Amino acid sequence: MASVGRSRPRPGTCRAASQPPVSNPRPKDVDVRNHARRGRLLLLAVLAFALAACGEAPQNVLDPQGPFAQKPDDLFRYVILIALAVFVVVQALIIYAVVKYRDKGDDSPLPAQVHGNTRMELVWTIVPALILAGIAVPTIQTVFDLAETPEGAMEIEVIGHRWWWEYRYPGMGADGQDIITANEMVIPVDTPIHLRMTAEESGSADNAVIHSYWVPALAGKQDVAPGRITTLNMQADTTGVFQGQCTEYCGLSHAYMRNYATVVTQAEFEQWLQEQSQPAPEPAEGSLEARGKELFRQGFEVEGYDSPQACISCHAINNDGAAVGPNLTHLMSREMFAGAIFDLYLRDESTVWGNWTDEPDTEALKSWVMNAPEMKAMRPTAETGRVGMPNLGLSEDEAEAIVAYLLTLE
Amino acid sequence: MATTTTSESTSVLRRPMQTTGRWSFLTTVDHKKIGIMYFWTVLVFFALGGFEAVFIRLQLAQAEANVLSEEMYNQLFTMHGVTMVFLVVMPLSAAFFNYLIPLQIGARDVAFPRLNAFSYWVYLFGGIFLYSSFFLGGAPNGGWFGYAPLSTAIPGNNMAFYAMGLQILGISSLAASVNFIATILNMRAPGMTMMRLPVFIWMSLVVNFLLLFSLPIITVGLIMLQFDIGLGTSFYQASAGGDPILWQHLFWLFGHPEVYILILPAMGIVSEVLPTFSKKPLFGYSFLVFAGAAIGFIGFGVWAHHMFTSAIGPVARASFGLATMFIAVPTGIKIFNWVFTMIGGKIKFTTAMLFSVGFIAMFTIGGLSGVTHSIVPHDYQQTDTYWVVAHFHYVLFGGALFGLVSGIYYWFPKVTGKLMSESLGRAHFWTWFLGFNLTFGPMHMSGLLGQPRRTAVLPEGLGGTVELYNLLSTIGALVLIVSSLIFLFNLITSIRNGEASGTDPWDARTLEWMTASPPAEHNFDEIPVVEHRDEFWYRKYAEDEAGVPRPIPAGASEDHPTGEAGAAADGGEVAPADVAAGTQVGTTEADPAAESGEQLDAHALGIHMPDPSYWPIFMTAGFLPLGYGIVYKSWPIILVAVVWMFIGFYGWIIEPVAEGDDDYDVDAAH
Repeated sequence: MASVGRSRPRPGTCRAASQPPVSNPRPKDVDVRNHARRGRLLLLAVLAFALAACGEAPQNVLDPQGPFAQKPDDLFRYVILIALAVFVVVQALIIYAVVKYRDKGDDSPLPAQVHGNTRMELVWTIVPALILAGIAVPTIQTVFDLAETPEGAMEIEVIGHRWWWEYRYPGMGADGQDIITANEMVIPVDTPIHLRMTAEESGSADNAVIHSYWVPALAGKQDVAPGRITTLNMQADTTGVFQGQCTEYCGLSHAYMRNYATVVTQAEFEQWLQEQSQPAPEPAEGSLEARGKELFRQGFEVEGYDSPQACISCHAINNDGAAVGPNLTHLMSREMFAGAIFDLYLRDESTVWGNWTDEPDTEALKSWVMNAPEMKAMRPTAETGRVGMPNLGLSEDEAEAIVAYLLTLE
Repeated sequence: MATTTTSESTSVLRRPMQTTGRWSFLTTVDHKKIGIMYFWTVLVFFALGGFEAVFIRLQLAQAEANVLSEEMYNQLFTMHGVTMVFLVVMPLSAAFFNYLIPLQIGARDVAFPRLNAFSYWVYLFGGIFLYSSFFLGGAPNGGWFGYAPLSTAIPGNNMAFYAMGLQILGISSLAASVNFIATILNMRAPGMTMMRLPVFIWMSLVVNFLLLFSLPIITVGLIMLQFDIGLGTSFYQASAGGDPILWQHLFWLFGHPEVYILILPAMGIVSEVLPTFSKKPLFGYSFLVFAGAAIGFIGFGVWAHHMFTSAIGPVARASFGLATMFIAVPTGIKIFNWVFTMIGGKIKFTTAMLFSVGFIAMFTIGGLSGVTHSIVPHDYQQTDTYWVVAHFHYVLFGGALFGLVSGIYYWFPKVTGKLMSESLGRAHFWTWFLGFNLTFGPMHMSGLLGQPRRTAVLPEGLGGTVELYNLLSTIGALVLIVSSLIFLFNLITSIRNGEASGTDPWDARTLEWMTASPPAEHNFDEIPVVEHRDEFWYRKYAEDEAGVPRPIPAGASEDHPTGEAGAAADGGEVAPADVAAGTQVGTTEADPAAESGEQLDAHALGIHMPDPSYWPIFMTAGFLPLGYGIVYKSWPIILVAVVWMFIGFYGWIIEPVAEGDDDYDVDAAH
């Protein structure tokens, strides 16, 4: 279908996102401009509301979109009010003291040498303790509430890699197979989700570091560690695209380890599962795409590597290939790549939000295929630990063929 | 001069004699000179850490900027943290400990003077060692917290320098902590009971116990990290049966007490400055002391609040959240006591006082945002965002640094005998106050709007509001640079041309103001006998029936006619007005000094002072080859270092006393 993502607003337009995604089967025969106009009108309609509702801060933690983000937010608003009250009292006392008791330069005698007052000490020991007790009770309650996995929660596995997120939907394919995707997590609305998470452990030990998974609109963050399973519950009350990023420093490209959650209706989710279960299509014999597929599997000599390196040495398509990098079987069903930092589709700059259009950003893909380390800080060489995608030294023709093949992976 | 009586072999080992001039700093064991060296060294590292911060802010001034490469950004934010914690705030506190502890408790030096010099030189060489990494393939880039397993997975020697550098600096702090604890517990002047100690001394004592107990923990962690990096062990490698979370526990079990190590000295300083300029004793002395000790104790039981989103369960999260809330109680006690020290006083707004009041106001903000961290469920959201960056800068900059700078202005006259410019001081304060709030205030908002920490770029996708807040922060950082230059200018011109301050420019309350400015090497010609908390104040003032202090005329006779009322109220002790007048009581050796008006040196007064020594600087220089040898795994260099330090140890042990001191008779001098 390839439609779940694109006609939706870019991540972070939180309120606009609550509009049902414009149904848009990605059609090469439909007039793209026509569609864009329709989208623009729709967006203008919700614009005022959206701006007022949440501003333009897609990772705003003060704008929860589900119960697991709502509960912490409720607590925070309660505590911040108390904190503000204490702030006002203390600062007012300071201002009172420095204004009232400043040395006016007169001959007034020195102040009486007061050494303290036990009753007052008891007051400002006990009163704060009581206030804190009032905060402690709901805090502890909420800690355990959030740790409770809701009945009938849908389980998704999350794996942190350097520097991208992998998702596995265990046994949820049409034939009971796992669905494997990257960067974008697709979940149904109003459904509790239970994430079982870990960090990459296999392969190079250099990759086994700690990350932290975070989609602020849906839940707080949770670290993922190699060799450990951590869990996180989340649930979305509205459809839309919600942005997040890795929040545990994980080395060189930590800033570029982003992610987004796409929340869709139950029906759309079923459809998405269906489509993700399909194998990638076989390109027509003799076509550019077929040459791309060939090159995808062909090894290239890369400096610092003992054996020739192919795309397939790291990326799998149709269960064919290694699982070092993101699985590309349905690459074009996603909207972003390379740790969700680059668009797979051009943005419609004529709209305020710059929504994705249906036009693939072939230039970006081509640049990436030709020289990924130049576009994202990585350490692909042997002496730097082989983390990330190396430059395979492809010619422009070769890269174009590979991109043509990638575009068929919907 | 040392040839006649000593044999050939011992003349090689003779002690240096010089105690004045620039070169004497290399061999000095005088706690005041060591404190001054700490101070200037800190200033250099503060400039380095500040430049790192400015580069960080320039990179984040706009979205997706390209001022720094990712690698360079990661090195700079790591070194900014390491520098400010280990090379600025801790050693600046050590500068105050060094200079003030003996003076405030009425001692002539610290308990182990050569060990004191050792601590300083280890600190200096440790700092040089860490910074040399910039020229040797790259500085540490795994964060000041150095989380394993990431820190073991970084190619190159970056994190090996971190592991080794922190161990070297740890040795410095550990040696110093033993020294200061011994000094405070054993070398107090007669009558200086524990509950008469100035609060700064109390806070110093707590801090040094914290250091003593927490440094071994991180040392264990660092040694295992060193092994993982250099020798291929797998203490932190999950795939080899190690524990990826172990480092976090070890680091924060040190790291949280470390937070109090950074803030308590500033709290102590503020507790000295506020009473002096309010002309009132500290409100609730014993509550402040016990609150400080309580913070020290609870500080060891809250480390996992740095790990609420780590791989720990809800029970741990709940209990550490509770413990964290408890910390707010003693902290609140302190804040209210400081405010009530001012209330009812007669406040003089010197620069030192401005910084102390600024400390209370800013630290309160940091404390309140700290309470929000103990709201564990919301900590899941705010941890590792700029909300946390804002919080700890309000505590460590608005708190620790404001307090320490207040101390610099306060004790500058004691150290130099000169006054700092008050007008430049006020300019410094207000620009700092503005720049500080402009830099770190907006970070609260950018954090709540979802900006994560430690990202080499400000992602464009965070929205224009976040970008605006970041731009404001960068502008604030530039204001802070200008402000710091004002401070530096004030410091240097005041040292050169400052007005003479006299002994007691602030009408202060504690012992250090009784002696000359700057104090002689031996601090006090006569060790004062202490009968009060705020001893010096009660030598200057006697309280009337209403508790209002009346000055004791300097010329009052020993029969204390004017001091009678106060003396009676205080249990009939003698008001030692004569001491305030500068007259020596007791020993006759001191009399010539009083008559001639010149300061006599310790030797002329018959006071035995520790001799300077070559060995602290010689021995500690061995830490450099030791560090490089271990980082580069080079046995020859390690061997050189070991032999070097072995010679240093032995030289230290068999070092003779200086000539002329060898016939010193301890009993006769007392």
